[in-house]
Amino acid sequence: MSTVARPAPAATPVPAYDVAAIRRDFPILATRVYGKPLVYLDNAASAQKPSAVIDAERDVYEKCYANIHRGVHWLSVHATDAYDAAREKTRRFLNAAEAREIVFVRGTTEAVNLVAQTYGRTHVGPGDEVLITGLEHHSNIVPWQMLCEERKARLAVAPINDAGEVDVDVFARLLTPRTRIVSVAHLSNALGTVLPVRRMAELAHERGIPIFVDGAQATPRMPVDVRELGADFYAFSSHKTYGPTGVGVLYGRAELLEKMPPYQGGGDMIRSVTFDKTTYNKLPHKFEAGTPNIAGGIAFGAALDYVTGIGLERIAAHEHDLLVDATEKLQAVDGLRVVGTAREKAGVLSFVIDGVHPHDIGTVLDRHGVAIRTGHHCAQPVMDRYGLPATARASFGLYNTRDEVDALVGAIHEAIRMFR
Amino acid sequence: MSDDLRDLYQEVILDHSKRPRNFHAMPGADRKAEGYNPLCGDRETVFLDLDGDVLKDVSFQGAGCAISTASASMMTESVKGKTRAEADALFARFHALITGEGDGGDPELGKLAVFSGVREYPVRVKCATLPWHTLKAALSGEAAPVSTESEGPAAESGGAQ
Ligand SMILES: Cc1ncc(COP(=O)(O)O)c(C=O)c1O
Repeated sequence: MSTVARPAPAATPVPAYDVAAIRRDFPILATRVYGKPLVYLDNAASAQKPSAVIDAERDVYEKCYANIHRGVHWLSVHATDAYDAAREKTRRFLNAAEAREIVFVRGTTEAVNLVAQTYGRTHVGPGDEVLITGLEHHSNIVPWQMLCEERKARLAVAPINDAGEVDVDVFARLLTPRTRIVSVAHLSNALGTVLPVRRMAELAHERGIPIFVDGAQATPRMPVDVRELGADFYAFSSHKTYGPTGVGVLYGRAELLEKMPPYQGGGDMIRSVTFDKTTYNKLPHKFEAGTPNIAGGIAFGAALDYVTGIGLERIAAHEHDLLVDATEKLQAVDGLRVVGTAREKAGVLSFVIDGVHPHDIGTVLDRHGVAIRTGHHCAQPVMDRYGLPATARASFGLYNTRDEVDALVGAIHEAIRMFR
Repeated sequence: MSDDLRDLYQEVILDHSKRPRNFHAMPGADRKAEGYNPLCGDRETVFLDLDGDVLKDVSFQGAGCAISTASASMMTESVKGKTRAEADALFARFHALITGEGDGGDPELGKLAVFSGVREYPVRVKCATLPWHTLKAALSGEAAPVSTESEGPAAESGGAQ
């Protein structure tokens, strides 16, 4: 029919990113809020779940649920296999060397606490230092602070500049002969900064110091290869990566995990118990006391299948497009200031507006169906750094669209009309 | 703007949030107290000049959202000249109004009745009560800053980000 000449197909055709089809995978996106279509831009807090994940969790309970690692019976064997398969999927997702380097925990928060309480307590002593950065989430501050207090050690902080970047030279200078461990975010939840983790790992390793990477915001929006990064530990949360809540991952190099004492005591983490002595189970079970979130873990495996099925590179490109579009449009709004303008940024857009408090922005946007986050984003030191009590934050997911960016911008104009 | 939002952000509230009354420090204050809402980072200081049992003068300072600023502004106007007991009673009525326990038609509330829309926004209740809790702290001479997180059922400040 058409007389318009079509361009010749590319040599290696990359399928277009079909966001409409992707959206159909997420039942909740059909929700209407106060009569308006839901525009979910709070993905950094938690991501929505595709049917594949919801179905996987239901399937466990309907078809193969039993406790794992214990039963001789058919159901237990199947549940165990499915749970172990999720561990193997996680290994592949992070490109870890071995599945036993993948410890299932409740979330990023528990992973940090685990390492602080095991590696930290055995390696950090009086006068030693733990080095973090100025943009960390409270969950990558407080566990180290608790450790330092207990061990009479010092928490050192690599500062951020006005753009929200960590200067690598300053970071390097803060690595001292007393530094015992470094812990940094891969991607800041408050500012969207992507940290030069690979370079930071190199610098730490040159001095024989291990590095823990908080990947909570990175795994949903960029490919992660722990060996390429040089991460000794890497943590992330299922719920931010389109999986169920209550499941998280601690990756640790086997050599380090082997030497660490267990975290919690209980069932599953032991090899044998007598009242005189207990010998601990092998990796990763040494760190997995008690019955885990079995169905959640299996459904988490389905979430990893889902995102890798789309491809993290393509998700990253899609979100980058949204971030650039939204940043341009928001910066054109009179009196709006973007907080966090690092050169390397992903997925997260924090902002403040003259004369309109973030909390009021949030309420007005909500009534337009636009869900964003307002507050300190569990990163009070970041807020203090900018002298702000709070910011408004839009954060993108693999299912967001440019139309939704426009809905955000439209609702922001509404809020400004109202309060100025 | 939608009607729902109009119910919350009534003209009077917007007016007080843009041009808060009694918005200044009080150098010779008898009492002062600081209030903090960790949920939104709001901080307000309430200053009091007491004459025996009477709140002779009340002022406030700080940075907050439209609801907490307007609430502080209107609070200072409505408690000025009242006794301690009267101010306490007014807070109780105000609290009942915005949590939906009270009757919006309570005549004692006067202008404060414009806050009735807050009941539809439970997460904003703490914004409206912050100045009142701070006033209470100032009256009782509490030295430590009051936090809205000591009140109410759900502490919304800690959630995942
Ligand atoms: C950067 C970062 N680190 C850690 C966490 C904590 O994750 P979780 O609450 O899933 O343990 C979050 C999110 O809350 C985060 O954004």
